[in-house]
Amino acid sequence: MSPQVINFFYFIAALCFILGIKGMTDPKTARLGNIIAAVGMTVAVIGTLLKKEIVGYELIAIGFLVGGVIGTLISLFIPLTRLPERIALSHAFGGLAASLVGIAEYYRHGAEMGSIKIAAIGFEVLFGSITFTGSLMAFGKLSEILPSPPITYKFQNQSNILLFVITVAIWIYLIFYPGASHIFYTMVGLAFLIGILIVLPIGGADMPVVICLLNSYAGLAASATGFVLENNILIIAGALDGGSGFILAILMSRAMNRSFANVLFGAFGAVSSESKQKQEEFYAGKVKVTTPEEVAYLLENARLVVVAPGYGLAVSQAQFVLGELAKVLKSKGVDVKFAIHPVAGRMPGHMNVLLAEAGVPYEDLLELEPSNAILPEADVAIVVGANDVVNPLAREDKSSPIAGMPILDVDRARTVVIIKRSLAPGFAGVPNPLFIKENSLMLFADAKQALQEILNNIKGVVSRLH
Amino acid sequence: MEKILPQFILQAVEQVQMGSILIGIYIFFLAAFLGYHLITRVPPLLHTPLMSLTNAISAISIVGAMTIAGMKHDTFTTILGTIAVLAASINAVGGYIITERTLRMFKGRGGGKK
Repeated sequence: MSPQVINFFYFIAALCFILGIKGMTDPKTARLGNIIAAVGMTVAVIGTLLKKEIVGYELIAIGFLVGGVIGTLISLFIPLTRLPERIALSHAFGGLAASLVGIAEYYRHGAEMGSIKIAAIGFEVLFGSITFTGSLMAFGKLSEILPSPPITYKFQNQSNILLFVITVAIWIYLIFYPGASHIFYTMVGLAFLIGILIVLPIGGADMPVVICLLNSYAGLAASATGFVLENNILIIAGALDGGSGFILAILMSRAMNRSFANVLFGAFGAVSSESKQKQEEFYAGKVKVTTPEEVAYLLENARLVVVAPGYGLAVSQAQFVLGELAKVLKSKGVDVKFAIHPVAGRMPGHMNVLLAEAGVPYEDLLELEPSNAILPEADVAIVVGANDVVNPLAREDKSSPIAGMPILDVDRARTVVIIKRSLAPGFAGVPNPLFIKENSLMLFADAKQALQEILNNIKGVVSRLH
Repeated sequence: MEKILPQFILQAVEQVQMGSILIGIYIFFLAAFLGYHLITRVPPLLHTPLMSLTNAISAISIVGAMTIAGMKHDTFTTILGTIAVLAASINAVGGYIITERTLRMFKGRGGGKK
């Protein structure tokens, strides 16, 4: 088929991708958008199969079938609570594909490449490789195969920066001497290493930012592939993905009032052991403990209940019980809303997906600002498995590590019930004065079990868990 | 250095005049600009499906991977290309399925849309 015809296929695919993302701007059109984008991908693949450069189809078919089956199985059967891991893993595959394409292109005609092309290949392979190992690390941390807190050592940032400078220097060297193949493969190896090292010092709760950045890198790598292969569809799709990841990363770090540099190099959340004793003193004798019965009573007699969920909800898989509790309360005339902090959970939108899965209508999932607007009118606010995102220190203490971070003002509700296993600090490692406020009640329990007991009490079922 | 630099610039200018790189840069920035305006309008509610969708879209690397796997240039690049096709297919196929699965969860009040 002539290149013009194939380019027309790519043009259609690009339009589909753009329309697909446009669909995501409204929950009503999102599913249609996804389908349009999938059609775009199909069109691009068919167009590519018509290329006259392609002489053998067996290996393409094998790769596609095996990859397709793996992708389908993972996507169909992974529990939605593990979506962050799935996303991290898919960034790894995206990075790997871009990186391998770059290496193959270099192997084919590295030495005779022009300087701009070799620069693009270098960029593609660098970003692809960093994305690959970095995402595998993120996957390891999210699935707790690797320890989730930051792993730090002496001169960590200095050695990482040095390594990065060396790698960039190699990249520049290659622009002048494209034929230096051993140097090229050294750069690939260093990029793999950088991917591992940069994610090591980043703790679990900073993962939303990291996942977004890796998403962006995967896109940029795909875009660079487009420059290498002179293929516009790759440039467009990569730019869309790169831009999307970058914007989300900015939104996430803004929601924590921290800079990129702080997230990436701050080793945030490396809690020192001496502060533990201080925290015990901080809470000593000031915490009011409540029971599921009391909470059930409070909820039944409320007009407006606002729930602030956090990562603990996902950990204890409590979303279904929470969803049912909301439904039962609504049937009794209680209004229930959910206050979703942008960085609650381990990826952007994590809580929304979980609660949607539990049957909560999306109109009840409120963003930060509307949540704070209704919280002063709420009779009861329930905090489930969240800590730092409801810590009033962010508003009150300018010296706190979370100072200035926008929080959910749950303490402005008439009564705050905090369901939490212990008084252990959140990711930021600071005590939470919310727990000792006058209107606060602590319910020490696993989120799922506690919610179940509250629900049983409201339903009038005698709890067998006692 | 003096010998290299003019040559490098000359080469660069030559390539830019050839147009494809320059057009590529145009396209990149236009797409990024368009993407910025679309993506800032996506509500936080849908940030997870947005991410899985853009991830699926960036599996467009499959186009490059297929070309390399299928041109049978030599064994090494063919193997790399085939692995790349495999990796990209995981996202290209799985990405849309997981996005659909996630989006199916989002229902409006009273059942909302189907």
